[in-house]
Amino acid sequence: MKTVRIALDALLRNRSRSLLTMLGVIIGVAAVIVTVAIGAGARVSVQNQINALGSNLIVVMPGSVTTGGARSGFGSASTLTPDDGMAIAKLPGVAAVSPVVSARSQVVAGANNWQTTVDGVAPTYTFIRTWPMASGTFFSQNDVVSAAKVAVLGQTVVQNLFPDGTSPVGQTVIIKGVPFTIVGTLAAKGQSGMGQDQDDTILIPYTAAQQRLTGQTTYVSNLMISASNAGSINQVQAQVTQLLEQRHRIVPPQQDDFNVRNLADIASAASSTGAIMEFLLAGVAAVSLIVGGIGIMNIMLVSVTERTREIGLRMAVGARARVILRQFLTESVLLATAGGFIGVVLGLLGTQLVAALAKWPMMIPPTWIAFSVLFSAMVGVFFGYYPARKASTLRPIEALRFE
Amino acid sequence: MQPVVQVQDLRKVYDLGTQQVVALGSVDLAIEPGEFVAVMGPSGSGKSTFMHIVGLLDEPTAGNYRFEGREVANLSGDERADIRSRRLGFVFQSYNLLPRTTAVENVELPMLYSGVPDKERRRIALEKMKIVGVDHLADNAPNQMSGGQQQRVAIARSLVNNPGLILADEPTGALDTKTSQDVMQLFTRLNEEHGITILLVTHEPDVAAYAKRVITFRDGHVVEDSLRRAQGGSIPHHDKGEAA
Repeated sequence: MKTVRIALDALLRNRSRSLLTMLGVIIGVAAVIVTVAIGAGARVSVQNQINALGSNLIVVMPGSVTTGGARSGFGSASTLTPDDGMAIAKLPGVAAVSPVVSARSQVVAGANNWQTTVDGVAPTYTFIRTWPMASGTFFSQNDVVSAAKVAVLGQTVVQNLFPDGTSPVGQTVIIKGVPFTIVGTLAAKGQSGMGQDQDDTILIPYTAAQQRLTGQTTYVSNLMISASNAGSINQVQAQVTQLLEQRHRIVPPQQDDFNVRNLADIASAASSTGAIMEFLLAGVAAVSLIVGGIGIMNIMLVSVTERTREIGLRMAVGARARVILRQFLTESVLLATAGGFIGVVLGLLGTQLVAALAKWPMMIPPTWIAFSVLFSAMVGVFFGYYPARKASTLRPIEALRFE
Repeated sequence: MQPVVQVQDLRKVYDLGTQQVVALGSVDLAIEPGEFVAVMGPSGSGKSTFMHIVGLLDEPTAGNYRFEGREVANLSGDERADIRSRRLGFVFQSYNLLPRTTAVENVELPMLYSGVPDKERRRIALEKMKIVGVDHLADNAPNQMSGGQQQRVAIARSLVNNPGLILADEPTGALDTKTSQDVMQLFTRLNEEHGITILLVTHEPDVAAYAKRVITFRDGHVVEDSLRRAQGGSIPHHDKGEAA
């Protein structure tokens, strides 16, 4: 405690020099904070976009069709049925399944019309996509069974069909000439990771979509599955593949007539890219911290030379060598730690600034703040030891005579 | 009462590789409590080396040194630092006050290392500053004080741990005549009124004249050791028992 006082007094006596010495560490730590914030922020925003697609989402697409030797892409064939979906729903680890019947259609409400995607889905769809309602209610399983002409509108559709702000719930929207009663609206979800407007959609019971839009009542466009937890996605994916192979009577070497995909692959690829970037940025920042540490060492060495007489005097009046060592070490650790703190504050301000100017999402993991300050203290010990040792091994009589 | 300083056959040889320089060649001396001793001699006579060894800032090459009855010639660095801290006070030619540090903080400095409690330090420092007459300058930094004032602060600093011996190395070397006289009168007063033992190194006879005993060094040997009567001439000093 006393040593801290002595060191602090010595530092305060040379305020401008102390500040200049700290500068290297301040810049280093601020750089660490800002770069890590940018890296982590980028990673979190990618993660958020992926999560926005749905929780633990697995999508089963039909396989491709071959017409005269030309193979179309996935989804071109019709192989998946609502019964496939019900069978999958019984698998352990599956939280919910919804068939999806997709179509594009011109829709009309009153004097306004709009072209949008109309998806026929099951009531489980909102859970699978983690998509809350903005108003009204979602349609029920009864509506699916009876192929009821009810619709739930996405926000973009609401804005285009009801620009005057009246509530769409209870009103009628005409899809492909068929009037549907609007029972609810979905909360805004924004763009998907691929830049699509997810709110530009209308959801109706998939049975109604089959009857009124696609005209064929056997097959669905795809199946959306939600796994109970993120850890079991791969397991569920394998089970779904196995089950569908059984149901579709596919034996190797025959190719699957469907394709099971999950977003975890995309998510992990994206987050590992983010991690690499974060690591690189942190590496650059760490180098600047070390340079800052060398700066501290230089100034402390100069300081030892400049204060040789002071050291001699302190020894003459009774300071033991170890006390001198501790004083100089404490000085450099205090400098480095204070520099670390100022750097954190500047880094946080800089992060706010970048976030405001560049409209980048920013995230500062608290562990990095603790780590930066701790690391600067370590820089202080490491680069302060040599000058401190040099000071403490001075012979008092030579130190006193030093001019 | 045992002597404050007792050296026997004290030698200091500097080994410069090609040749050896004898700074002190067999010195025998004793300084009793309450003495005011001036050490004189031309430069290179060994007087400074002698004082550094007595002040435990330097080690002798050979010989015995008993400080307050304790053999100290071969102590470790820490043990010597502890004795300097508790039993010795230093006054330097160039004052050696810490810059940008107030007078009272400078006076407190030795107490940081001798373990005096926080609250006590300020009180003791001001008390000693009052004795040397600079208590009104407590909050001044060294560059706000005259040379004489700075040296008085330095003297107050040497007093704070109630040392058994004060070592003053050319304390008036940087001062004008009038100020030198004031400082020497202060030393005289500290010696006579407070019974403080003082060992002072100087090459000025005027300054040495304030001391009760003058030891003259030449070429590493004591060539003269005499007691003075108040204003009069000197009488030879042989037996340490006659001192004071």
